[in-house]
Amino acid sequence: MGLRPGPAAVYGFPWPAAGNAAIGLDALSAFFLVPIFLFGGLGSIYGLGYWPQARHPGSARRLQTFWGLAVAGMGLLLVARHALAFMLGWEIMALSAFFLITAEDREAESRRAGFIYLIATHLGTLTLFGMFALWRWATGSFALEPIATGAAGVGVMNALFFLALIGFGLKAGVMPLHFWLPGAHANAPSHVSAMLSGVMLKMGIYGLVRFLFLLPDPPAAWGGLVLVLGASSGLLGVVFAIGQHDIKRLLAYHSIENVGIILMGLGLAMLGRSAHRADWLVLGLAGCLLHVWNHSLFKSLLFLGAGSVVHGARERRIDLMGGLAGSMPWTAAMFLVGAVAICGLPPLNGFVSEFLVYLGLFGTAVIPGAKVSAAVAAAPVLAMIGALALACFVKVYGMVFLGTPRRPDSAPARESPVGMLAPMLPLALCCVLIGGVPALLGPVLDAAVAAPALAQFDALPPVLALAPLGAVGLASRMAIAVIACIAAFQYLRARRIRRAPTWDCGYASPGPRMQYSASSFARTIESMFAWALRPRERAPRIEGPFPRNASLESHVDDAVLDRLIVPAARGTRRLFGWFRRFQQGLTQQYILYVLVALALLLCTLIPFGDLISRLFGR
Amino acid sequence: MVDTVIHVALLFLLPPFLLGVINKTKAKLAGRVGAPLLQAYFDIAKLARKGFVLSGTATWVFRAGPAVALSAVAAAGLLIPFGRFDAPIAFAGDLILFAYLFGMARFFTMTAALDTGSSFEGMGASREAAFSCLSEPALFFAFLVLAKLSGSLSLGKMLMVSPESFASGAAAPLILISLGLFVILLAETCRIPVDDPNTHLELTMIHEAMILDHGGPWLGTILYASSLKLFVLVAVLANVIVPFRTGKAWLDWPIFVGETLALAIVIGFLESAMARLKMRRVPYLLVSAILFCGSAFILLVR
Repeated sequence: MGLRPGPAAVYGFPWPAAGNAAIGLDALSAFFLVPIFLFGGLGSIYGLGYWPQARHPGSARRLQTFWGLAVAGMGLLLVARHALAFMLGWEIMALSAFFLITAEDREAESRRAGFIYLIATHLGTLTLFGMFALWRWATGSFALEPIATGAAGVGVMNALFFLALIGFGLKAGVMPLHFWLPGAHANAPSHVSAMLSGVMLKMGIYGLVRFLFLLPDPPAAWGGLVLVLGASSGLLGVVFAIGQHDIKRLLAYHSIENVGIILMGLGLAMLGRSAHRADWLVLGLAGCLLHVWNHSLFKSLLFLGAGSVVHGARERRIDLMGGLAGSMPWTAAMFLVGAVAICGLPPLNGFVSEFLVYLGLFGTAVIPGAKVSAAVAAAPVLAMIGALALACFVKVYGMVFLGTPRRPDSAPARESPVGMLAPMLPLALCCVLIGGVPALLGPVLDAAVAAPALAQFDALPPVLALAPLGAVGLASRMAIAVIACIAAFQYLRARRIRRAPTWDCGYASPGPRMQYSASSFARTIESMFAWALRPRERAPRIEGPFPRNASLESHVDDAVLDRLIVPAARGTRRLFGWFRRFQQGLTQQYILYVLVALALLLCTLIPFGDLISRLFGR
Repeated sequence: MVDTVIHVALLFLLPPFLLGVINKTKAKLAGRVGAPLLQAYFDIAKLARKGFVLSGTATWVFRAGPAVALSAVAAAGLLIPFGRFDAPIAFAGDLILFAYLFGMARFFTMTAALDTGSSFEGMGASREAAFSCLSEPALFFAFLVLAKLSGSLSLGKMLMVSPESFASGAAAPLILISLGLFVILLAETCRIPVDDPNTHLELTMIHEAMILDHGGPWLGTILYASSLKLFVLVAVLANVIVPFRTGKAWLDWPIFVGETLALAIVIGFLESAMARLKMRRVPYLLVSAILFCGSAFILLVR
């Protein structure tokens, strides 16, 4: 209903605390509501199989309650047209997420991730409070409506922009503000990780799209900054993903990468807004929004697949898995769909949104007669991100599902129950559908793009007029058909297949431990990006003709959390050690502090001017 | 219509001939007689008649690898113009599809390699993955130059470099991206100095290492797909280097075929004159391709 273009429906109702509150539904809100409702339902079905009440009597009920609350909170913040209602929804979502993340609160790691998340989300909320206070001061109301040109000074506008960027960026997981994300996604139950990554991060994106388009006349520097943040977040996100050994942590870093791609689209749209180029705006924003949908589809699919793997193989470390395609064929097939989609490969949906962003970026270069915008340099960066993501997912898929099991002692993995496999199927089908028939989405994207942007432009060109999505869809469908034909032909011809052991270049008895591992696969790329990753490695010294058993370890720390925030927090704690002598836990002492503070406050009432003039005057 | 038929026919029939030309050139330079020019066709036909042997650990992903690689590369071949003749499929932004189709082929070739559980194949896949991360940005910089020159986002127009652009100050960028594209061509098709297609030392191979366990029709499909890839990339480079056209169809087709064969001979010369680079030097070569294409772009827009 709301996906159709047209004026937004707004309903007001009295709210004694804050004047008139309003909720409304326009195409942008409706666009973001779709993944919430799709995944809210599918994820809770999955949760019944993954986290059954019988096996987790303590936490299963809590999980279901807060799942519902989180979905409701997100729904509220999307339809809110009043700052306080928005913050209410935001906090319901953010706090329920804390209880969802710490479902396994007996594990120290899970508690730590939960607390880091709590700190980050409060930091974000604080920033948003600052932003709304400033908003109220500048516009005189809490209503979320476009600010008129010239209503506020440049400084206020810049302050609003940066507060929004930090507050929403923390939730979206943009690169320097992503520090809470990998831990939280890795330690939460898998369907919760899927919800956090697939849906909740997008609330940060929604906030950015909604608020940045309410600010009038953005300078080009804002768009440029968002574009640069997106590009660096995309590149570093995928590079850090390659360095991970834990399947869920790896997927979490890929969320950072995809948020980067989304922000590249948004940055391009903002540049288009500054430069009054409707085509940049439409392509950038359409790419941004479509990637929001696509990422929520394939990332949820991948996290559910990873959950199925963790469930079946009872293991999260990639280097200890292998050969799961044999024992878990359905999970393997679904995960492959997700992996191909997230790499942005045709014929699936990831390609379509990246295509829109590429087209917009290239479009900034080919205007005849005009100077080339620096934004175009993001196109090769996006190409590199694509190639790295491909390497990363070949690593994950190859090491987890292909080859032979790397731990011969462990019991064979079991395929997950239907209750866990069934929710993945609609997600995979949506990936194929958007990839195969992207032109279907043209009107939906037009409406969603027009909702925030029509205030500046009288008319926007439709997405389908700028991007040949019909041709892309045709090419994708043809590719699917040709592959199916060749596969069918091979299948018919290859009914008699001789099985033989893998040929290991003449080696007599190849074993599962001789397989290439995920770490060795990633090593070449890791060494190329060692300047950013700084892997910690403990290599053994091998001495003598008969060396003893030795092992090699390598680990990639998070750049911001482990190398910046934790040392800084330690330093602060050491620095403020002296303050402890004022805080001994004695009630009498605290009363004394109160008394001293009161006396000092009373001193301010003394008319010092009079006093001095009477003492020294005349 | 006739041109489209010729395009498709050339795309599917000519590629193995290029392999023959390269090998013949190398043989002549080494003072050998060498295999016949049509040897690659014989090999493919022979492989297609053989039975299927599959590794005990392999799944359907392994069987899908060659099929996807072949269809992706063939589709990419339909997107580029041959000489002055338009591509059968053209739309704004098809250059992105072109690049990502190669990505698709790469994804499935690498997963097929990992499916066998052999460490050599893992090694090859790892190298392929790492090197493609560097060749991809170079390719996009080259495309940016061509897009800026032609003012179009369709490969059909971008690759119709007019002879005037060489005269009008765009010569330097065009020469630079030709160098960059040549390096990309060598890297993507695994020729010397990046990889040696004839080597049989598994530790040092890239592409050949990934297909150690493919045999029979699968190996034939891969051989054919890699010759197609070589032909497609040679055609892209030929369009950039030799923009000379007569305007007569019966003359322009032979000219285009001549160009591709000439480039194949150049590759043969290069392979005879050079040794393969050390594996850890290959990234430097690819970074130089990025630098060539990137500086071409900067030169163009300064």
